[in-house]
Amino acid sequence: MRRHWAAVVLAALIAAAAAAPIVAPYAPDELDLSHRRERPSRAHWFGTDELGRDVLARVLYGARVSLAVGLLSAVVAGASGVAIGASAGYAGGAVDNLLMRATDAMLAVPRLPLLMIAAAVSQPSVAQLVLLIGVASWMETARIARAEVLSLRARDFVTAARALGAGRARLIAAHLLPNAAPAVIVSMTLAVGRSILLESALSFFGVGVQPPAASWGNMLYQAQSALGTEPWLALFPGLFIFGTALSVNLAGDRLVATAQR
Amino acid sequence: MGVYVLRRLLQAIPLLLVISLLVFLLIHAAPGGPLAIYLSNPNVRPEDIERLRRALGLDQPLWRQYLSWLSAFARGDWGYSFSDGRPVAERVLERLPATLELTGVSVVVALLLTFPAGVFAAVLRGRWFDRLTTALAVAGISLPAFWFALMLQIVFAIGLGWFPSSGRTTFGGGDIADRAQHLALPVAVLACLLAAGWSRYLRGSMIETLAQPFVSAARARGIPARQVVLRHALRNALAPIVTIVLLDAALMVSGAVVTESVFAWPGLGSLFTEALARRDYTVLMALLMLTSTTVVALNLVADSAYALLDPRISS
Repeated sequence: MRRHWAAVVLAALIAAAAAAPIVAPYAPDELDLSHRRERPSRAHWFGTDELGRDVLARVLYGARVSLAVGLLSAVVAGASGVAIGASAGYAGGAVDNLLMRATDAMLAVPRLPLLMIAAAVSQPSVAQLVLLIGVASWMETARIARAEVLSLRARDFVTAARALGAGRARLIAAHLLPNAAPAVIVSMTLAVGRSILLESALSFFGVGVQPPAASWGNMLYQAQSALGTEPWLALFPGLFIFGTALSVNLAGDRLVATAQR
Repeated sequence: MGVYVLRRLLQAIPLLLVISLLVFLLIHAAPGGPLAIYLSNPNVRPEDIERLRRALGLDQPLWRQYLSWLSAFARGDWGYSFSDGRPVAERVLERLPATLELTGVSVVVALLLTFPAGVFAAVLRGRWFDRLTTALAVAGISLPAFWFALMLQIVFAIGLGWFPSSGRTTFGGGDIADRAQHLALPVAVLACLLAAGWSRYLRGSMIETLAQPFVSAARARGIPARQVVLRHALRNALAPIVTIVLLDAALMVSGAVVTESVFAWPGLGSLFTEALARRDYTVLMALLMLTSTTVVALNLVADSAYALLDPRISS
């Protein structure tokens, strides 16, 4: 139990986000103009914002957006990374060269500024934001998938399968990918943490999730104007971003340790 | 060795071409293209937009626009800022010193944290110091830079009043103490984030090296432990760190976007957010190209340094 607390925290966060309508003490957009800018109290655990909205409720509803974007972007990044990396590793030669140069190029462009421009230009919906972050994050998984496929391709059991008449599709689907899975899954876990940070950074700069919908990042964006007088507006959403990224990274570390054992 | 560097240099050229195409398409393939902000402005007449489009060459086919932009860019002609009409190169150059100052100081502070943390953690593997630094490093990697910056601002600038909350100098001021005070908080953010990643890397690399036979051999010869760690192990563990430090430093040229904008540090990161708010595409493209080119160039430097340190690589 003690060793898995990161996973437990994550599961609790996801459960709380999913059950937000039941758990949250108020609706996220419920205005209460007689209780604006209140410090944390028993009625409002995390305080209220400039419109009297309950910060706890907004953090819980924001968790739905932030977690969904983080997890789904990592899936997009992982899927495209595996497709690109595995094709490069399997095909070799010119295809490999081309795909890996593209990977190098993408890695050389700073990710956050690139995404900020893309998001500012396209003004994405939440679904499009998932695609954007995913498409900007496939490179790490691609490199790992390629390296795995390269080393697996030379192994005896793959040669044996080929000698027994397995076609290319069968080789990839039945022999290469399942064996590459542990390394790929670990890299996808790291992508989840990174995606959550990217989404919150984009929303923090006002080009990600747009108000009135709450995400942890855009709550911080709105908190920026009242740091001195209402610090709780900045404290709580950030604590959740930090806690989530930390749990994901710790869970990822645990996976690495398990995979190496 | 010379041949190796030359070969890597030749590989960098297609890489830069791919990057330039990516950056160009990002902005020109967007709906409305570079003039999108004028299209949505009811005060700008359609004939003015048409005139602008012709003046900027935006009525040309995309490939011709790309080629002329690329050749001008390579010659150092980065065009004019959309927002104030000044040459982009001039705007970038006037912001560069502030970013170099912030990046330089942050990298030095981060290295001062990284070396003791990484080396001792590796030597004392599994003991409390290792567990503490590992925990801090994982926390540092998970820390959202903008939130960390806001918290430091709330506590140390607004609450305690120890440091100014923004800017590079007090207006009109500018002695060493004043500048150091302005540097403190942004450097704290960047140095912590950098050191978190680097120290884990150094720890891993040190643990690997300490397990090598030549280290045991050195120990067996009776060389003092201190010397084995610093002279033998650290020297060999250093090479992978050089690459990651250089790459992170290169990314900071624009990667300090978050920290610079929270602390209103007048460097390239703030220039980027200002340009983004005004859709100042010539500035944005120049900044992205500049950073990417720096990354590729420093990557090349790191690889060459590698080859120089370890002749096996270039052969």
